[in-house]
Amino acid sequence: MIHYSRRRLLKQGAALAGVAAIGSPAIVQAQSDKIRIGHLTPLTGFLGALGAYAQLGIRMSAEEINAAGGVMGRPLDIQSEDSVNPATAATKAQRMLDQDGVAVLMGEINSASALTIMQVADRNKRLFMQIGARSDALRGKNCNRYTFHVDIPSTVMVNAVGKALVRDNMMKDKKFYTLTADYIFGHDLARAAKAFFDGNGGKLIGDELVATDVTDFSPYLLKIRQSRPDIVCSNLAGNQVTNLIKQYAEFGLPYPIVGFNLNTADAWAAGDGNLSGTWPTVWYHTSDVPASKIFVANFIKKYGKPPENHAWIEYVSLKMMAQAMNETKSTDTDKLIAYFEKQTEFDILKARKGYFRAWDHQLMQEAYPFTVKPKGKAKDPWDTLELGAAIPAPNESLESIALTKEQNPCSM
Amino acid sequence: MQFGFLLEQVVNGLVLGGYYLLIALGLSLIFSVGGIVNLAHGAFYALGAYVSVELTRYFGFGPAIVLSPVAVALLGILFERFILRRFYMSDPILSLLVTFGLALVAEQAIRMIWGAAPLSASIPPTFRGSIILGDFLFSRYRLLILAVVAAVLLGVWLLLHKTSFGRVVRAGIQRPDMVASLGIRLEPYMTVIVMLGVGMAALGGAFFAPISIVQPAMGAEIITVAFVVVVIGGLGSFWGVVIAALLVGVVRGITIHFAPAAGEASIYVLMFLVLMVRPRGLLGERIEKFE
Repeated sequence: MIHYSRRRLLKQGAALAGVAAIGSPAIVQAQSDKIRIGHLTPLTGFLGALGAYAQLGIRMSAEEINAAGGVMGRPLDIQSEDSVNPATAATKAQRMLDQDGVAVLMGEINSASALTIMQVADRNKRLFMQIGARSDALRGKNCNRYTFHVDIPSTVMVNAVGKALVRDNMMKDKKFYTLTADYIFGHDLARAAKAFFDGNGGKLIGDELVATDVTDFSPYLLKIRQSRPDIVCSNLAGNQVTNLIKQYAEFGLPYPIVGFNLNTADAWAAGDGNLSGTWPTVWYHTSDVPASKIFVANFIKKYGKPPENHAWIEYVSLKMMAQAMNETKSTDTDKLIAYFEKQTEFDILKARKGYFRAWDHQLMQEAYPFTVKPKGKAKDPWDTLELGAAIPAPNESLESIALTKEQNPCSM
Repeated sequence: MQFGFLLEQVVNGLVLGGYYLLIALGLSLIFSVGGIVNLAHGAFYALGAYVSVELTRYFGFGPAIVLSPVAVALLGILFERFILRRFYMSDPILSLLVTFGLALVAEQAIRMIWGAAPLSASIPPTFRGSIILGDFLFSRYRLLILAVVAAVLLGVWLLLHKTSFGRVVRAGIQRPDMVASLGIRLEPYMTVIVMLGVGMAALGGAFFAPISIVQPAMGAEIITVAFVVVVIGGLGSFWGVVIAALLVGVVRGITIHFAPAAGEASIYVLMFLVLMVRPRGLLGERIEKFE
């Protein structure tokens, strides 16, 4: 055996671990007749599982659009990469605009990465359709003219679940204990939750910040039990939600659990009989809207499993973008912005059409609270959730669940 | 009351530490005997989880938890014979590179076989819920893990300290040259050590699958904590790793009690402090070949 220093060995180990975080750039081919779309979404880390669905959704959308003749007769070319982290996301977005010749930027799930890409879009005066990140701040104090937001923001999710809780007598004078994801999205969600509790007579008796890479929740569960709340509430994100749900069921704490954010992939990964309570969603594959059913059937045929909400949202987002380019006969940023700002209505596979609100660029659309199907009622491992009625109700304006001008400090 | 809460966190931290131990002990053994930092150790942990979820579908939880580590340990034979064995005598950077590469390949392979979406897994109904002893709350399932870890630990200790196999291994850690000059080849012993190490990692993965998310990158996440435990405990020391694992669990629990947001950072601060005071780790021995 040769002699070497342990210290050197450890240093080299650490350096290698660092290399993993940087990731590798994609190989780019230049083809001028294609319309290139720059797509960034997390494929690794605590939101990676959702990003994988996002990629499937946008790919399927592009294939359908191209099979139908493309956009202005030109095929769409989706250049999709792992956004990794906020700093890398911004670097990649800039490179896509400068070197890869993309017409527009799309994607994201992570609110922190979405924020840095928004800044790139603003600096370069180029369009960014921010699809899957939900922090209020993105369409609030950080909003800019070049970014449009598709997914429902934190406040809408809080309202969707909060209203269901009020209806079920689980709000007034109840003691809430919340766990919050420790990054921009979680903080935002916690703020919206607190505002809802304050406005509806709920009492917040504890709120703990949880790092995004936490896998073991047992110390938090002990703290929850020590403060004996009436209801436990999750403001977590991605893998955190699945881990919490599994371990909450493991410890079997007696307090009902609800949450203000959940993606269906997180729920599917939670395991049989572990999930309970009321949660929000933007879309679910059991929706009985005919167009949605066709999309679900095609998706299952293609990928062998039902689409998750991030697959749906990427699918409809690219369709909206293609429609905008076709109608304006252009990929010009200003023309596209003007088209969206006209509050053009889009078919988003829901009962009601959606449109981007002109003053904050947020897509107005229905949202749903859901509960968990009782044991034995699910037809397959994906059919685990019972969708509640869409909010707002059919006779109310879509804007009635969105942030009002007073609540939202966005100015462009 | 405050003291009681704290004590509950300490006890819970010890339980969690026992689980870290399953992964860290194998990493430490492979490092001590072969001089190889096995960055692919997390991959075996992930494989253990995936294989157990797959087997649970056919055979149920009990058989899966036994078969999955065995299957992964058999894979460990191939890993040692065809990959690690080439690097015992070479520059350690090479073995670092090859195990790191292997970790990436394994993660992508898992993505290709099982998909990027996490798998669903649950605790068997018998072990659901918790037991309340006095003022303390224990998860039944974690008590089961604790019992298994204790049994595995005892087995490994007996193997290393009460058998001729263990004597050769321990001698191999300290004086590989002397072992060789006595006419004993260390390679077959390494095969067993690697089998044992990756088998324990797989057992950890199989046990944690029902209570944490089963996703392709799970291996990369656990390897960091395992590394921290090994560094704190010190090389070549069985009890060093045991104490370090428990310490990491307890420090994390206490930190979360007082400052939840700092929970994950606390274990790195602990490592920093230990390395400042004792660069060799808590019970690390002076190993000639590492000096």
